[in-house]
Amino acid sequence: MTPQTLALVRLIVQSRTGVVVDPDRAYLIQHRLAPVARREGFDSLDALLSAIRAKREARLMWAVADAMIPIESAFFRDGTPFNQFRDVLLPSLAANRRSGPIKVWSAGCGTGEEPYSLAMIIDAEQARYAATPVEIYASDLSERCLAKAQAGIYTQAEIQRGLPARQLVQHFTKHDAHWHLSASIRKRVRWRRLNLIADLSPVGQFDVIFCRYVLEAFDGPTRKQVLEQLACVLNPDGYLVLGDTETVLGLTEAFAPVPGQRGVFVRGWQQALAA
Amino acid sequence: MRTSLVVDDSRVIRKVARRILEGMGFEVAEASDGQEALSWCLATMPDAILLDWNMPVLNGLDFVRQLRQQPGGHQPIVVFCTVENDKEHVVAALDAGANEYVMKPFDGDIIRAKFAAVGLI
Repeated sequence: MTPQTLALVRLIVQSRTGVVVDPDRAYLIQHRLAPVARREGFDSLDALLSAIRAKREARLMWAVADAMIPIESAFFRDGTPFNQFRDVLLPSLAANRRSGPIKVWSAGCGTGEEPYSLAMIIDAEQARYAATPVEIYASDLSERCLAKAQAGIYTQAEIQRGLPARQLVQHFTKHDAHWHLSASIRKRVRWRRLNLIADLSPVGQFDVIFCRYVLEAFDGPTRKQVLEQLACVLNPDGYLVLGDTETVLGLTEAFAPVPGQRGVFVRGWQQALAA
Repeated sequence: MRTSLVVDDSRVIRKVARRILEGMGFEVAEASDGQEALSWCLATMPDAILLDWNMPVLNGLDFVRQLRQQPGGHQPIVVFCTVENDKEHVVAALDAGANEYVMKPFDGDIIRAKFAAVGLI
């Protein structure tokens, strides 16, 4: 792969999604974009990129960007954040609400494992939250991810990564080689295609935002920008949940860590000190 | 060190599973069928059992049913690891007293995720 090709792909992806393509992982470009080139009727990746250089067709550039967005997802990924959600965040929010829903947003939901894990928790806990129903919203930039997520159909390998066997038998049925999620869990999640580097103010206000292993694909300034936008759409007593290896420290003061709750953040340092 | 017992009639599977579990910090023992595994457990209950379904002498399902009847037999975390990959087998395994279920083929990530889900790591 020529340096010019690498530079073009990096430019297309970063300008549209904020995602930085690691130059050391250039092999991923061929692996992920060759199928896009074939699907779009080109003989090779070079032919696809030549067409983009010549015509600058937005649809093709989005196809490239979509294919390069990292997707790694698992049901109940890392375990602990979902226990924190069930045992700490939801009870705390419910105690502050006399009525009205608790709104949870899975930002960068990939192929749906995260919002569906949250939905399974809500399904199990619904008797506790009869007075304060919990609504789950999920967004991703990738159309292919959203399509798979909304279908709720997973391979054997996908349902084995973190999904407890009891949840599997309770919520899935097997058809041929795939596992289909029940309609009762699927309909708990509301979907939206959304670019986190765009203006987030129209999305509304949320009480919990799961944004796990999404920011790590961005560069520092973009992480800061996204975090500060997330702070604007998080209610004052709400929580942000990041990936286990992610933090806000050194990036922004819009969030502060919650002591004793790894990966959980609240708005601003003053609120953290008062907690 | 936590102890585990790998129960499978395939020497290759036992070797692969041993490598994964040792990498997770477990001391690993092996048995090639359910009867041998039951004898081992009656002498020394392990913390975790990775259990095949289809084996000679005593299959995995009958093993776990008998294990749960023994004094101290409720203690080990039992994770099935089998080619049986339909919902009915998963339900039967859980009903018999298994804690988790892995469908072959498996890898270290899947075993780690399942062991984490039942609090073993």
